[in-house]
Amino acid sequence: MSGVSLLETGLANSASVIAAFTRLGVPVERISSACAVRDARRLVVPGVGAFGAAIDALQTQGVMAPLAERINAGRPTLGICLGLQLFGRGSDESPGRQGLGCVALQAVGFNDSLVTPQMGWNRVVASPEAELLASGYAYFANSYRFEQIPEGWSGAMSDYGGALVAGLERGAVLGCQFHPELSGEYGEALLARWLQRAEASC
Amino acid sequence: MLTARVIPCLDVRGGRVVKGTQFQNLRDAGDPVARARLYAEQGADELVVLDVSATLEERTAALDVVRQLRSVLRIPLTVGGGVRSVNDAQALLAAGADKVAVNSAAVARPELLNELAARFGRQCTIAAVDARRIRHGAWAVRVRGGRVETSRCVVDWLEEAAGRGAGELLLTSWDQDGTRSGYDLELLRAAARRVRVPIIASGGANTPAHMTQAFQAGAHAVLAASIFHDDEMTCAQVKTALREQGMEVRI
Repeated sequence: MSGVSLLETGLANSASVIAAFTRLGVPVERISSACAVRDARRLVVPGVGAFGAAIDALQTQGVMAPLAERINAGRPTLGICLGLQLFGRGSDESPGRQGLGCVALQAVGFNDSLVTPQMGWNRVVASPEAELLASGYAYFANSYRFEQIPEGWSGAMSDYGGALVAGLERGAVLGCQFHPELSGEYGEALLARWLQRAEASC
Repeated sequence: MLTARVIPCLDVRGGRVVKGTQFQNLRDAGDPVARARLYAEQGADELVVLDVSATLEERTAALDVVRQLRSVLRIPLTVGGGVRSVNDAQALLAAGADKVAVNSAAVARPELLNELAARFGRQCTIAAVDARRIRHGAWAVRVRGGRVETSRCVVDWLEEAAGRGAGELLLTSWDQDGTRSGYDLELLRAAARRVRVPIIASGGANTPAHMTQAFQAGAHAVLAASIFHDDEMTCAQVKTALREQGMEVRI
């Protein structure tokens, strides 16, 4: 099985993601250029930190367009945490900043009365048509969320003082609000399914 | 709905797990990687590694241990000990930590919390606070591995730390540490009333009932060391007991 390419934005902490793929026997190559994003057979977009800072980094690297193109074309791409939120139109975290626009969703904050970030293991419930995402417990660390699964995608939901999207999938494109690399056996199995699906569609 | 988290803590010194009472009289409790692997297999929700000698010996936590832990762990790893700067935190994250805990250096220079949150995000920035009870309803912040008492009020400091960007608070009762007589519930209640970020209760755990009390007092996660290091209870046993006591846990 060939490797995966990990988009380095200089913000995300990649060590855990790399360790997770290494445990699955898959080599990880770090990339940062537009052509590498275009050429990657299987691309991982990790993400922690603020939405606006991540968009700045993607724009500086010139990878916004190639990233959106591969997601729209259904090419094997995995977005993790903020990496999922980047798929959307924008985020209340950084008003006025535009996301990739691949899904018609805006990331919003949690209810003010809640303890944030949402930090810990939450129950994920996969919709029946989801092929990659399964139901189980996954580890979340986020202060913003998508509220519903958009038209044309399937996925999984969770609940933290209100509904939140736990994951979205369409073909070999997968976005997880939770951290599969930190979600024990549940997360490892999901990464393995995505790798398989991605391999089949390459 | 988040589950109640159970977090074993490895205090590491010179590459070995150690455990003491009120931060003193340290004794050997095994190899960190072997213990971490065991705890993860037994259902630990996260792991915290504190290099208890780091502040005193003016060095950052052992990066090698972090690398080895990362390679075997599929759960979140928080690392603290001697973190003084964004660069120190960066080194721990690059080695495989998911969250970085800061203690003495943040008390000395609170802007460190702002800098870490701006660079790595709130979810990555943990304020570890050691609290000694000075009278009913009042606790003083202790630093440098619990040895030096400051004039800061714990609850005020927790609020300031959260305001500056700490996304989680690791709150240790100096008085209860290693005593196995239960968490300082009054401290947890006072903290939970003042801050809206997750609180990890630490210091004094001996039984699942202690943990349930901590959750009911407002903690979002419970940290324990002695009961796990001495193989008196496994994480799995603890979580089964918590479930029987009505807590939602990941099993």
